[in-house]
Amino acid sequence: MKKKVMSFIGIGLYAVTATAGAADTHIRVTAATCYICHGPNGKSEHAIPGLAGQDRNYLVQAMKEQKTAARETTVMRKYMLGYTDAEIEAMADFFASVK
Amino acid sequence: MTIDRREFLRRSGFGLAATLAGLSGARAAAPSSARGARVVVVGAGFGGAVCAKYIRMWDPNIEVTLIEANDRFVSCPMSNWVIGGIRSVDELVKSYDQLPRNHGIRMVHDTVVGVDADKRRVLTRRGDSYAYDRLVLAPGIDFMTELIEGYDVAESHGKVTHAFRAGPRTALLRKQLEAMPDGGVFVIASPPPPGRCVSGPYERACMAAHYFKQHKPRSKIIMLDGHFDVVSKGPMFKAAWKKFYPGMIEHRPNNLAVKVDHTTMTVSSEFEDVKGDVINVVPMMRAAKLCDTVGVRTDSQNRWCPVDGATFESTAIPGIHVIGDSVLSNIPKSAHVSNNQAKICAAAIVDLLNGREPNPAPIIGSTSYSATSDHTAGPIAVVMRYDPKQKSYIRQPGGGASPECDELNFAYNLAWFENIWADTLT
Ligand SMILES: Cc1cc2nc3c(=O)[nH]c(=O)nc-3n(C[C@H](O)[C@H](O)[C@H](O)COP(=O)(O)OP(=O)(O)OC[C@H]3O[C@@H](n4cnc5c(N)ncnc54)[C@H](O)[C@@H]3O)c2cc1C
Ligand code: HEC
Repeated sequence: MKKKVMSFIGIGLYAVTATAGAADTHIRVTAATCYICHGPNGKSEHAIPGLAGQDRNYLVQAMKEQKTAARETTVMRKYMLGYTDAEIEAMADFFASVK
Repeated sequence: MTIDRREFLRRSGFGLAATLAGLSGARAAAPSSARGARVVVVGAGFGGAVCAKYIRMWDPNIEVTLIEANDRFVSCPMSNWVIGGIRSVDELVKSYDQLPRNHGIRMVHDTVVGVDADKRRVLTRRGDSYAYDRLVLAPGIDFMTELIEGYDVAESHGKVTHAFRAGPRTALLRKQLEAMPDGGVFVIASPPPPGRCVSGPYERACMAAHYFKQHKPRSKIIMLDGHFDVVSKGPMFKAAWKKFYPGMIEHRPNNLAVKVDHTTMTVSSEFEDVKGDVINVVPMMRAAKLCDTVGVRTDSQNRWCPVDGATFESTAIPGIHVIGDSVLSNIPKSAHVSNNQAKICAAAIVDLLNGREPNPAPIIGSTSYSATSDHTAGPIAVVMRYDPKQKSYIRQPGGGASPECDELNFAYNLAWFENIWADTLT
């Protein structure tokens, strides 16, 4: 997974010292910005659903359908249009793996 | 505090390496681990508390001291709901007990009065000093009350308040509205952007109107707006005013308040004098005074703190980061954005203290919900990516404000409150 993420988002942006760890950081921090609505670590007890521990493929599908408007949303389409498909997949991996 | 000095000397070699790593271009032989590195965070609001927490989460080797002037956290988000009477002021007040315990943060309740940037020390009102390798300033904003003639004296008499820093002022404004007779006039004077929560005054008008509609239906709200139009969510607010509160709210754009007289209860713009039974004046804002004292409030107007958008390190003083409302940027000043900035800054500090290159192109999501009644709200949602070449956050296509408000978004607004409070304080 690390390699895959790097190849999508790292190109041309990271300096020589960058490693696969840098791509992990990018996803970890970006996913952490979702906590504001989806709860700390993606765990929510409120009307906005939690993401932690959900099935990876379900999360990918949900986010891609939000992006194309195949799924009706209030805010999520506006969010998803701002992320690459690679970032969406990496965030799905991230949230699926939260225990 | 002699222990700080001894510790500082012990670690001074490391501090130098960290400094070099922080200078753009120069990459010193960096330490392999940040064990024992010290970060001091000033201000435990929506920016600072989150930054302290995530530094500890992402590298427990780093020692974090969080210095906050107040004993308890008071939330500005939801404070308009208190003004409208649909929530009580107690619901804005939260405890700081859990955050330091859950994350091993040293929390100190004291006021920071200065920083010795050469010796890398923070000085407090009680006379203590704290050594740092990296410092994060998140003290929020101050109000430029001197730009509004009569404001300070009016506020000292308890007659006029801004209620843009939640707490006693929120309670005072609520009491003033409760005491207002039916048929009274409530004036809200708001500044042009940039400033904290630009949609706040319009949400406040909705909340007050909601209250008047139930209890004082002959009352009026006059908005003197320093901007040329409703700054944020304009179509949604205008539609809600028409639909829920027909004829009650009058929005007068291009009407910056310059004077207030509490003896006649009159607020004046350059164009007109308006009398009100209750007058709420929100002055223009700037980064908190501490930022000026420290020397990082260095934009051309001495209002905001210029930073590197990837690390939030001050462009004026290396080793000092600034996050939250104090920052000079094209991004809105909100709790949501402060939280995002705090996480980006935390990750950058962890990388810098470990001798790694920080992510040069982080992403910020910006949302604010505004309530339009006791059961409807609407959001804005925008994603911004940092472009290191342009040195600016670039708005991604597809984002924007919802033109309508509804019950579903009211439920999501509530979830947003609960989850951002939990993310900030637990
Ligand atoms: C009416 C209103 C409604 C709002 N609603 C929303 C909303 O719905 N959504 C949203 O995203 N945003 C909202 N906001 C904006 C939000 O409150 C601010 O953007 C946010 O609080 C900024 O965070 P900050 O960390 O920069 O500053 P703050 O949260 O103000 O925190 C600064 C902290 O630093 C401390 N401090 C200051 N100086 C010192 C010192 N010298 N020493 C020690 N401690 C110090 C202060 O005590 C304070 O705790 C609203 C604001 C208002 C006024
Ligand atoms: C402003 C609040 C907000 C933010 C920030 C936010 N979301 Fe959402 N999310 C929602 C809401 C609300 C929904 C329900 C769909 C809708 O109305 O948009 C949702 C739904 C989802 C779903 C579908 C969940 C399910 O169980 O079907 C996924 C997946 C998701 N979000 C991922 C993310 C990711 C990843 C991020 C961070 C990049 C994020 N969200 C940031 C509010 C938010």
